[in-house]
Formats: sequence, structure tokens, C-alpha cells
Amino acid sequence: MKLTGSQIFVESLKREGVKTIFGIPGGVVLNLFDVLHQQKDVEVILTRHEQGAVHMAEGYAKATGKAGVALVTSGPGMTNIVTGLADAMMDSVPLVAFTGQVPTNLIGNDAFQEADNIGISRPCTKHNVLVRDVADLAATIKEAFYIANTGRPGPVLVDIPKDVSTESTEFRYPDKVNLRGYHPTVSGNRSQIKQAASEIMKAKKPVIYVGGGAVFSGAASEVREFADLTQIPVTMTVMGLSSFPGTHPLSMGMLGMHGTYCANMAMHEADLLIAVGARFDDRVTGKLSEFSPRARVIHIDIDPTSIKKNVYAHIPIVGDVKVVLRELVSVLSSMDGNPATVKAQRRPWHKQVNAWADKHPLAYRQEGKKETKPQYVIDRAYELTKHKAIVVTDVGQHQMWAAQYFKGGVQRTFLTSGGLGTMGFGFPAAIGAQKAYPNKTVLCITSEGSFQMNLQELAVAAIHKLPVKIILLNNRFHGMVRQWQDLFYEGRYASSDLGTIPDFVKLAEAYGILGLHSKGPDDVEAVLKEGLKHKGPVLMNFVIDRFENCYPMIPAGGAHHEMVLEDPPQLKSVRKSPRKKGENADAVLPA
Amino acid sequence: MEHIISVLVENKSGVLARVAGLFSARGYNIESLSVAPTPDSSVSMITVVTSGDEDVIEQIMKQLNKVIEVLRVVDLTEEDHVDRETALIKVQAKQAQRDEAIRIAQIFRANIVDATPETYTLEVSGDAEKIQAVIKLLTPIGIKEMVRTGRIAIARESS
Repeated sequence: MKLTGSQIFVESLKREGVKTIFGIPGGVVLNLFDVLHQQKDVEVILTRHEQGAVHMAEGYAKATGKAGVALVTSGPGMTNIVTGLADAMMDSVPLVAFTGQVPTNLIGNDAFQEADNIGISRPCTKHNVLVRDVADLAATIKEAFYIANTGRPGPVLVDIPKDVSTESTEFRYPDKVNLRGYHPTVSGNRSQIKQAASEIMKAKKPVIYVGGGAVFSGAASEVREFADLTQIPVTMTVMGLSSFPGTHPLSMGMLGMHGTYCANMAMHEADLLIAVGARFDDRVTGKLSEFSPRARVIHIDIDPTSIKKNVYAHIPIVGDVKVVLRELVSVLSSMDGNPATVKAQRRPWHKQVNAWADKHPLAYRQEGKKETKPQYVIDRAYELTKHKAIVVTDVGQHQMWAAQYFKGGVQRTFLTSGGLGTMGFGFPAAIGAQKAYPNKTVLCITSEGSFQMNLQELAVAAIHKLPVKIILLNNRFHGMVRQWQDLFYEGRYASSDLGTIPDFVKLAEAYGILGLHSKGPDDVEAVLKEGLKHKGPVLMNFVIDRFENCYPMIPAGGAHHEMVLEDPPQLKSVRKSPRKKGENADAVLPA
Repeated sequence: MEHIISVLVENKSGVLARVAGLFSARGYNIESLSVAPTPDSSVSMITVVTSGDEDVIEQIMKQLNKVIEVLRVVDLTEEDHVDRETALIKVQAKQAQRDEAIRIAQIFRANIVDATPETYTLEVSGDAEKIQAVIKLLTPIGIKEMVRTGRIAIARESS
């Protein structure tokens, strides 16, 4: 049967099992939207900005592990999703973005709403294709989903010119893809795995360092089995947080710039690192020349380019984390030594690790303080939702506090923009996650700075009754910027003071959703309880201590053992210095 | 150290841009680049001359392999190979210079492919050293214009 390009597009989405797509129509994609409008299998969520659409697709993908889908028009529609593509590229999020393109005979003529979609998206996609012939459309879509979902996942862009969407051809959806140059390695090299196992048995101070790869490959139970078997302490990157329970006795929490004292000290002293789906990002390693100076490195990753990029790997193992860990566990299990002897062998190292954990645990003091500590809000939210919520964060101080205090463990329940650090990611991503799991509690932990970058999507939450619980930590600052200005710029708050506008409760009400306001520590618990109990979406505005800084902190370019653990004494004098009139927007804070 | 890398790619639009973009985005050098069809019309061969230490070259090889349309990547510097480049060199050639230009052409087995009363255009092929040597000898005579193909290379067949 002959179908038009638009019909082929929709049929192909159905074959891929796509239930929801996020997007905004425009001139060259009207035919695609028209066909979507006439069927029920694929739901279209109309967002208020294309950036919202692409982050929703990311949130959907991060929560489900399957490719999210966005559909936008040519020109500005496409350029508005670039941030989301770059974000997905950095964080290995499976995503298929469909963009409209001007008719093939106009390409290159600077037509209305024309942009070089392929050229612009090339560095921030895993793959991209301009479909020039409707006969290629079905196979291209099949390949796009395959490439996005397999290997190291990532964003794929398919550019569809208007005439391709109207022309007709025989529809045949291919059963399998035929890509000559794409064959991701899944199983690990057997002899490398054996070598790794013998290193693990020999090591005195080993650390398992888990990244996002463990989450994407669905390896939480394998990571746990590996850690239990070998009794090796575990630390996670911000992307790896939901791959291992923070409450497990072997968990040291997050490592890196705002990681725990314990995790960073263990990294510094380790004699063996087992990197599992992690890529030695600079926020994790700190100063490379002093990174884990005594450690040998076993690096398991599906992407060969991640290996030996920043840190030398003595034993590289290319493969899917889940598969490789299973193979490794089976080799280790067959080796000599029973669990009791392994435990005894690790005792001195455990003692040392526990001593670090006891010396400088994550801590804050709320008692006796007039102003709400942000950590207190997050801590309470964690206690009230324990392991039942999907947590989606924006970017900044609140993100790091959430990473520190939400002790996850259930896979794909801590969604954040780790690599690109995209402010404005959190709220639309939370909507996407909520759309995927309408009955789960989805918390969006954000701040007034990040939230205002995509707040227009309140309309989507309201219209589709997606009950996202927005926990907005409001310090009237770009908090992380202010923290750096405190520590490294003598307290000159250049363009970081956001003031007290808008009134977030009224803003929520304007969109027809519940807005709640917390003035101080006494009403935090009540606001959280009311917000969580509410059936629909809710925006909870917590006015917090605007000068709270996030610690521990490794200053940029510092090494793991050079953590700053609290406000340095000179900070007091910095903050007491007289400010110019109007510089401190506290003056206009509503009661 | 200099490396000659041959990259077999699918013959699709945008592949060259992806390969070249990869080098610029990650700050790798391209000393020369050549692209041409192969007997199989569905694939093309890209030859890149680049430089870097061992770690950089390893990353370049891996990054190239990661491109979906890349079918095979070979670092020819690692194996026995033949490499060649062709240069077209237009030199000043008046009176006495004319004989000198012809002599140099003969020494290097270059062909004179265009001649005017005041210029000769030489076509010369060879490895990097030979091209350098020709340029060095012709410079005092006066090179008006020069174009080079960039280097291409092929592995020697093991006997």
C-alpha cells in the first residue's frame, strides 16, 4: 500500500512502540502533525517552547531507558532544541529528534525558516540524517531508533523536508537495520576480565567508581552483586547516583567537586579503581596530575573513546556494563576464597573508610537558625518520599544538595543534567518523567534561577494534569555563581543577584496550579506534606538562607584531598562589607 | 609524531564534514586531507595526515571509529606502506633560470606540463622528503604558485 511520508512517519513511530512525542508545529511539519492528529496511538504533547519539548523527551528517556521523541519545525524550531541535543549527547540520553526542513528544491536558498539542521546539529548528535527521498524514510527512522538506543546511547536527528512528508511510496518497515560501520561491543574481552579479577583479589584499597553507564545499561543489581561479593566500597558520580543504594554500608556517596569527604579521600588513597560506566569527567577527577596517584585502573565502558581519554587505564574492558559485570562476577566467584575471608581481608580498608566517613559526614545545622537551610528541605523531602519518588533536578547548588542528600538506589530515579549542566533542564524533564510514569511521585528539585529558564511549561503540567511536585529552593541568587564569587572573587556578586521577582505562588496560580509558600524552617514540613498530598501539580516556594554554600568543595583545579569543608573565615568580612544601594535585593523581599 | 591515517567511509553526504568537524572540535591537527572514490562506488577513502603523541593518535583512531559511517580506520604509519603526494609548481623561468628549472625537473623526474616564455609548471610526485627537496631547490629560482594534493598512502602487500 502506498503511504505519504507523513503517514510513513507515524506508522514508523508506532512500529517503534512510541506512545508519546513532545513538540510544536510549524510551516514545514504541518503534514506530520495533521496525520498525528488523526490517530490515537501516538499522543502529542504540545509544549510551549521547543527547548521544553526536547528536555521532556530527555526526561521521558532517562526515566524509562527508551528513546524519547521530539518533533519540531525548521529554522528556529530546530535551533531551539540544540541545547537539549547537546545535553543528551553529554549524558548519553537516547533521543530521536525529528525536525522539519524546507522543501528539497529550496534547500540552500536561504528560504523562510531555513537552517542547516544537519550542519548545526552535527557536533551534538550521535548521528544525523537529512531524508532526501521518501523511499528512504522508513529505514532511516528504524536506524535512528536503533542508533539512539544501542551502544552508548545518544541523540539522533532526522531532518524531513516538507516535500518528503507529502510524497507517497510503498510502505515497508524493515525488520532489522543494516549499518556497515556500527557494531557496538557488548561482551568484554575474556582475558582482560580475568586479569581484572586477579587485580581485584590482590588489591588492598580498592574503590568501585560508578557512573551513568551503569544506570543506562540497567546494571544496578549487577553493581550491587559485584560490591557485595568483593566487599569493595562504592562511590558514584552524579549520573551514577541511582545505580547503588546510598544507604548500603559500602556506599560512600557521591565523589568529585561536591562529593563526600570519605569518597574523595578513598579515591585519593586507593590502590585500585574499578571505573564502571564512568568517564573521568573533570568535575570528578579534579587536578588530573594528582588524581588517585597510587591507583591502578580497571575501566569498563561501552564507549572505547571514554577509555584512556583523561586517565590511563591499566586494564581497559570495552563492553556493556551489565554484561561485563556479570562476566566479572562469574570469574570472581570461581576463584579461591570465600566471602568470610574476603571480608576479613578488607577489614583495614573498611576501617579507614569508615573513619573518614565519621570524621566529616555531610552535615548542616537547622536548629536555632531563623532561615531555612536548603539541605533541611531536601532532607525532609527525602524522608517523606524515601525510595518512592523519581527526583529530577535542575543545575546549581540545589542539584548538588539533592545529590548529597537523596540516597537513591532504585534505577533511573535521579535524573539530572550532569555533563552539560543545563539550567532549565529540570522542570520539563520532570514533566517528561511524569508523563512516562503518571502514577509515581515525581519531584522537581529546582531553584528560582533554573526554574525561570523554562517556566513556560507550567502550562503543560496544568493542561495535562501532570502532578509534578516542584520544590523550588529560592535564595534569590544564581547560588553556585554567588558561591564562587564568595570564594574566589572577594564577594563581588556580579550579575548573580536575581531579586525577589516573581511571586512564585501567584505565578503558579496564574497557570491554574497550586502554589505554596514557605517562609521559614517552621513551615517546611507542613508545606512539603501539603504539596505531596495534593493531587495535581504544585509549586512549593521555599525561601532559604541565601548565603548557604555547598560543601565539601574541591576548588576547580584542586586535588581530591584538597577539599574545602566549610566557609573560610574571611567570608564573614567579605559579606559584612557595605554594599551599594540596591545591590542586596533582600530589601524588597515580601513578608 | 606524524601519522597517516586512512579512513574508509560510506559515500554519503556530510561524512567528510563529520570527520573534519571531529578534528576541529577536539583540537586535533590536520596536516593534509584527501578524499577520493574507491572501486566500490558506495565507499570513499579519506587519507588524513595528522600529528600527536601516542595517546592523541589513539583517541583520534577511536573517535573516527565511532562515526557511524566510518567502516575502517588504519594507521598506516604503524605498518609498511608507500606514500605519495603530487605537487604542481609554477616557477619563474626567464633566460638562465630556464635551464636551471629543466635541470631540477630532470633530477626529480618531474614533468613540465605547461610552459610560457616566462614560466614553467612542473608536475612532481613522490614521498614527503622528495616534495620538500624539490621545493627547496626551486625556491631560489622563484616559485610563483604551488598546489599540492596532500598525501595519500597504501599498505605494502606482505609477501
